[in-house]
Amino acid sequence: MAGTIAIKNGYVFDPLNEINGEKMDIFIRDGKVVKELSSAEMKEAKVIDASGMTVMPGGVDSHSHVAGAKVNAGRSMRPEDHYKANLNKTALTHSGSGYTVPSVFKQGYDYAAMGYTTVFEAAVPPLEARHTHEEMRATPLLDMGGYLVLGNNFFLMRYIRNGDMEKAAAYVAWMMKTHKTYGIKCVNPAGVENWAWGKNVSDLDEANIHFEITPREVIKGLTEINETLGMPMPVHLHANNLGHPGCYAITKDSLKIPDGVKTRQNMDVEWAETKIDPLRDRSVYLTHLMFNSFAGTTWADCESGVKDIADYINNRDHVVIDSGCVPFGEATVMTGDGPAIHDLYTLTGNKWSNTDIEMECGSGVLPFNYLKSNPVHSLQWAMGLECLLLINDPWKTIMTTDSPNGGPFTKYPEVMTWIMSEAFRKQTFGECHKWANDRSALGGVNRELSLYDLAILTRANPAKTIGMAHRKGSLGEGADGDVTVYNLNPQQLDPNNYEALLRTFRKAEYTVKGGEIVAVKGEIVSLPEKRTYYSEVHVENEREKEMLADVKEWFRYYTLGFANYPTPEKYLANPTPIQVNGER
Amino acid sequence: MTEGVLINKMTETGKSAGEMEEVTLIPNKAIDIKLEADVITPDSFAGKSAEEIGMLSVWQGPTTYPLSDFFEVLGNAGSSAAETLIRIKGDAMRIKRIGEGMSAGKIEIEGSAGMHVGTGMKGGEIVVYGDADSWAGMEMLGGLLHIKGNAGDHVGCAYRGKWHGMKGGCIIIEGSARHQLGGGMDGGEILVEGNVEGFCGIRQNGGLIVVKGGALRTVGVEMAGGTIVVGGKIQRFSPGFEFVSMENKVTSGETEIIGEFKKFTGDYAISKRAKGALYVSADANPEL
Repeated sequence: MAGTIAIKNGYVFDPLNEINGEKMDIFIRDGKVVKELSSAEMKEAKVIDASGMTVMPGGVDSHSHVAGAKVNAGRSMRPEDHYKANLNKTALTHSGSGYTVPSVFKQGYDYAAMGYTTVFEAAVPPLEARHTHEEMRATPLLDMGGYLVLGNNFFLMRYIRNGDMEKAAAYVAWMMKTHKTYGIKCVNPAGVENWAWGKNVSDLDEANIHFEITPREVIKGLTEINETLGMPMPVHLHANNLGHPGCYAITKDSLKIPDGVKTRQNMDVEWAETKIDPLRDRSVYLTHLMFNSFAGTTWADCESGVKDIADYINNRDHVVIDSGCVPFGEATVMTGDGPAIHDLYTLTGNKWSNTDIEMECGSGVLPFNYLKSNPVHSLQWAMGLECLLLINDPWKTIMTTDSPNGGPFTKYPEVMTWIMSEAFRKQTFGECHKWANDRSALGGVNRELSLYDLAILTRANPAKTIGMAHRKGSLGEGADGDVTVYNLNPQQLDPNNYEALLRTFRKAEYTVKGGEIVAVKGEIVSLPEKRTYYSEVHVENEREKEMLADVKEWFRYYTLGFANYPTPEKYLANPTPIQVNGER
Repeated sequence: MTEGVLINKMTETGKSAGEMEEVTLIPNKAIDIKLEADVITPDSFAGKSAEEIGMLSVWQGPTTYPLSDFFEVLGNAGSSAAETLIRIKGDAMRIKRIGEGMSAGKIEIEGSAGMHVGTGMKGGEIVVYGDADSWAGMEMLGGLLHIKGNAGDHVGCAYRGKWHGMKGGCIIIEGSARHQLGGGMDGGEILVEGNVEGFCGIRQNGGLIVVKGGALRTVGVEMAGGTIVVGGKIQRFSPGFEFVSMENKVTSGETEIIGEFKKFTGDYAISKRAKGALYVSADANPEL
């Protein structure tokens, strides 16, 4: 039977079901987790003996850049990123190349080799949605979805400024359906619009050119619309002033805006069994906290402002963050924040590419190399880990590198080991610039995360945060049969032996997806089908009609025809709409 | 450099490293699609018999073939790379990546070498008796690459899109080279007896480039450090350089070049703090 498997005698870590290292069996039938298999089914099922090993739900990456125009721009502007990192074709797998911006095939295999099964592209410009879906469709093995960039959209800025929130909500609903995307991304609200005039905004109450709307109004408007619609995930917010010394203040103030916005997640889905309430309770999902947490006034007196934001988050319950860790080495910086990348270009002089995407957003791409010898880079390394270690409740944090901005996702094993091993952090402190220790609080932290915490940061919480806990991030009955088996005995776990941890996380012993073994010790062994998730948000027909009249009116300013704007379903691998009830 | 004298102490590195076993490769057929033969190094030959060497695989297009499909292999390799001498008896213009990443030993090519000869080599010596195609010594780290004929584009250069080229070692070209010689160079030395064309030393950060002949244009553009010496005429001089002084000798590390030079620094077109030094023969460039 396809997708039927028994994983026996492993130590299971499933935080959504409060299972902490219990020795038990996991059964999967037809791709879904079940309580048990009949003896007839057992005869046909594949069996993995996971004795002495760690078993977790398949990895869920809620923030990565793996598809679409800016990733592809990164690939084409970085030939040097490809000639040393390459993959031969096998009877089963495609060839591929690239280190920080690998080809779609290589990134699918690389993720699966590490035990990941679900990856969400965190920034889809509406006009580039087709291209993004084409790349997601070509990425093997991974279940995927994308967040639509809406923070500087002409229609939304006009609607929100005029207080026309119903039309704004109808527009968001229509855009999700039109572009087959999953949630709302907001990048440098109101600021990227100014980038078309070579400018930015630097204050939450600074209105932008022509639209006369402030970042505060955009954040407030989008977070409210998000809950009106009952979206699966909170607004994925990339705050203003990113990457500038002193930016932690505006980040903290931005987080205060959606405090009090009541969360309402209203999806028609079948929920897998979980012990913990799988509904999300956060009204804002702040992305790559590290890049948003610089204190000081210039690069000369810059220091970590993570502690201050962590204190705020520790005392409030409406915020969840992902870290944007910096594991050192080659990276490719790419974001919808055009002005931020231009600042990096003036700072580094590296080659640089940027685009203004008509009436919707902008973007920039630049190669980067994080060096241990560089004071600011070493500080960024420490700050990224502070994001995960100074916020007490692991259910408020998600581990990412903002791949490939802080570093490629293939460096996740390093980040996992740093947060689990103080000895590994000490070793790295010894190698990098003293700023890391002098200007951050990381040196005084002796917290070492457990495997249970790690399962929260890399599986349970990303799934819960983005509203995928109904099928991802847990091993409860009815969940997708996505499982990672690490060759690591939790009974003999020694955080001081960080070499062993690194080895463990680099190549999962088994990666199981939908009950199929897809990778063994990092080798791809099968290529089952994948899915693309998107939100099909339902609003009243009348509102949609009124809104569409406006859109059609303004569409004459677009470079393409209205009929060519939507992304048809055929661009998606196994399109899997999630019904969202904006009405009820 | 009509009156200049080049005193180069690097050539002494060609001295023999004791007893060497010799492997001879004799091309046995004409090659249509170029071979990717990065296995032709003392490192991968070391400890192997002629038969084992013949079984090493090379890429031709999308397919691999044993080395013995293209060469007659004579002689066994030494037990280590340092004790191995590879002699290619014939023309290797259609064989790419000879000596790529080699760390020790010696390769002698009794004809011309294809693209990427000595790419990333770390040590040892390669002598090419004929010409070398483009990308010779790309991103080289150490050792000596001696080309007796002419070389193509991108000698000692960075890979496309990369910012850092050759970091160490020495490349000697007895003939001329073409464009982008030493692009992104961080260290090491390149000596050209003949002429170069455009973009010699583009984005150079360190190391020494000596061109005895002339150059076409754009010498040292975007350089931030390192030294370029041009003994002949520069057809079109780049505007980002400032005259500093007259010198009658150039010293860079252990290399000394004697002659009348105009010293410039730059390239200030990109950075105001550039530290590149460009020495130009005074006699050949009276108008500068």
